[in-house]
Amino acid sequence: MSLCFVATAKGQEWSGYVGVEGRLFFKNPLYPGQREQQASVVGQPEFFRQWEGHSLTFVPFFRLDSADAQRSHFDIRELYVLWFPESFELGIGVRKIFWGVTESQHLLDIINQTDLVELPDGEEKLGQPMVNLSVLRDWGTVDLFLLPYFRERSFPGRKGRLRGALVVDTDQARFESGAENHHLDLAVRYSRTIENWDFALSHFQGTGREPTLLPGTSAGGDAVLIPFYEQIGQSGLALQSVFEAWLLKLELIHRIGQGPSFEAWTSGLEYTYSAILGTKADIGLIAEWLHDTRNEKATTPFEDDIMFGLRLALNDMAGTEFLFGFIQDLDQAARVFSIEANRRFGDRWKIEAEGSIFASQSQRELLYAQRDDDFLQVSLAYYF
Amino acid sequence: MNRYMWIIVALSISPLSAIALSPEEKGLEIAKEMNRRDDGFGDFTATLEMTLKNKQGEESVRVVRNRTLEVPEDGDKSLIIFENPKVVKGTAFLSFTHKVENDDQWLFLPALKRVKRISSSNKSGSFMGSEFAYEDITSQEVEKYSYRWLRDEDYEGKPAYVVELDPVDPKSGYTRQLVWYDQKEYIPLKVDYYDRKNDLLKTLRYEGYRQYAEKHWRADRMTMINHQTGKETLLNWKEYRFKTGLSDSDFNKNSLKRAR
Repeated sequence: MSLCFVATAKGQEWSGYVGVEGRLFFKNPLYPGQREQQASVVGQPEFFRQWEGHSLTFVPFFRLDSADAQRSHFDIRELYVLWFPESFELGIGVRKIFWGVTESQHLLDIINQTDLVELPDGEEKLGQPMVNLSVLRDWGTVDLFLLPYFRERSFPGRKGRLRGALVVDTDQARFESGAENHHLDLAVRYSRTIENWDFALSHFQGTGREPTLLPGTSAGGDAVLIPFYEQIGQSGLALQSVFEAWLLKLELIHRIGQGPSFEAWTSGLEYTYSAILGTKADIGLIAEWLHDTRNEKATTPFEDDIMFGLRLALNDMAGTEFLFGFIQDLDQAARVFSIEANRRFGDRWKIEAEGSIFASQSQRELLYAQRDDDFLQVSLAYYF
Repeated sequence: MNRYMWIIVALSISPLSAIALSPEEKGLEIAKEMNRRDDGFGDFTATLEMTLKNKQGEESVRVVRNRTLEVPEDGDKSLIIFENPKVVKGTAFLSFTHKVENDDQWLFLPALKRVKRISSSNKSGSFMGSEFAYEDITSQEVEKYSYRWLRDEDYEGKPAYVVELDPVDPKSGYTRQLVWYDQKEYIPLKVDYYDRKNDLLKTLRYEGYRQYAEKHWRADRMTMINHQTGKETLLNWKEYRFKTGLSDSDFNKNSLKRAR
């Protein structure tokens, strides 16, 4: 029955943005070859067309970077057809799927590969080819994913900042599976909302998105790191509930196949004060605990850390927002400060700032390698 | 007393009879009658143009598309899709309102493809930076207030009931609202909102009422003036369509993600 409405929605449109970005590093580069500063041009147009009960989406993406050849890249973020009769949804093509509820890191989010050259926080993703069937029932939603092609993670190149002492040589990537990046990966997810609780159980079987980095030698004879993609199984639980102004969140994963099996979780709280001091501004306070049972053998910097965040939304005409974050290691002095801020100018311009400070990193910490990469990036984008 | 007499007695204490009601009963009956007259709208879609004005006269226009589904015995379900500013285009907001408990709300953030559950206890928070609070725009269920009829008076030449509404929820930003209802059609014409200190905070005026599907009255324009800040928000409703065939399956997290 919903089809009669959909038919009246407008047929097709182009939208998207183009922008420029400047990255400012406060300290000199640590490693030979690294450029001091970085500027880039970025664009992401979006084509959308809708018919009765199905739609077509196409989202190409590009970035041209002044310093890092690896960061200059083109990607198809989305190119898919979606059918949506009442009781199910079928998507075929390149898509982006997000799983998760927490703010500090996204353990559960495994369908798409991380486009790490974009941002060190890992929130930017590469498009993933898939067939996704979503079945909607009274007792919940079941999602099935067939992922026939694997995307390798992008890493900053020799001239880029925000990397370790050794460059990751993506040309030499290795796979545990003989099928290499043509291994058919599978995923299933069951999600449901019951009153003020949202939860999801998921399982992924296939090529791990996070490679193990092995020491190696480049074609030119330099010491490099070689990404090795294991076959893994990862089960996950996402839980979120609302109690008045409180949000409770949990992301839990269990992974096998990448070294000894392990668990990792992020659990936390978010509290929102709205209309503070008689203004329209909202303040959100976030606290999260990040833990990985591999402890110091963990491949992420956050094996036992606590994160505090403060989100400030002014709700003014320009939609000004700030997010301050602070992640403190519970066993070491290491900490990371971060800031994100953005506002609009008129309807079509957005200015955004994002930065991190990596403080007191000891030699035992993964982020020690990036100790001199404190940065602030500012971008200006035009939306059409 | 024979059985017919009982029926007559029963009829005479039925809500709309002329028998003297207390101001509280009369206020509640007006609210119920208003609700009853709008019952059965089924669903509607509309485009909302929202103009924000500050004291200096600067303006900012937002455009959203709204789909609403009537849920018998509970609050409505609605989906709001942001069209303008272009910077936030594609953001969408899903809410299941409830008569008494807190509403369920989710926000879709298109850049990350993330659906985020959000707290609905921020009733007094601003909707999209406008002078409308969330509690002003979510569905007005009878159970959300207690009522007291104050007086009858003419409002712009039309006979109106003036009723005081006290929000049941202690987290409401208001101590009370004064509502002028059209006596003939049982539709709101004007609302005065009093803040927690019982000072006049805002006034909402409804203009350009039109009847849809031969039953449901909707105002083309709603103007909210904040007396304390001098700011103003004008809502322009366009392209109202009733009974478009929307169903439950158009109001879930999947439809939120693909909403356009």
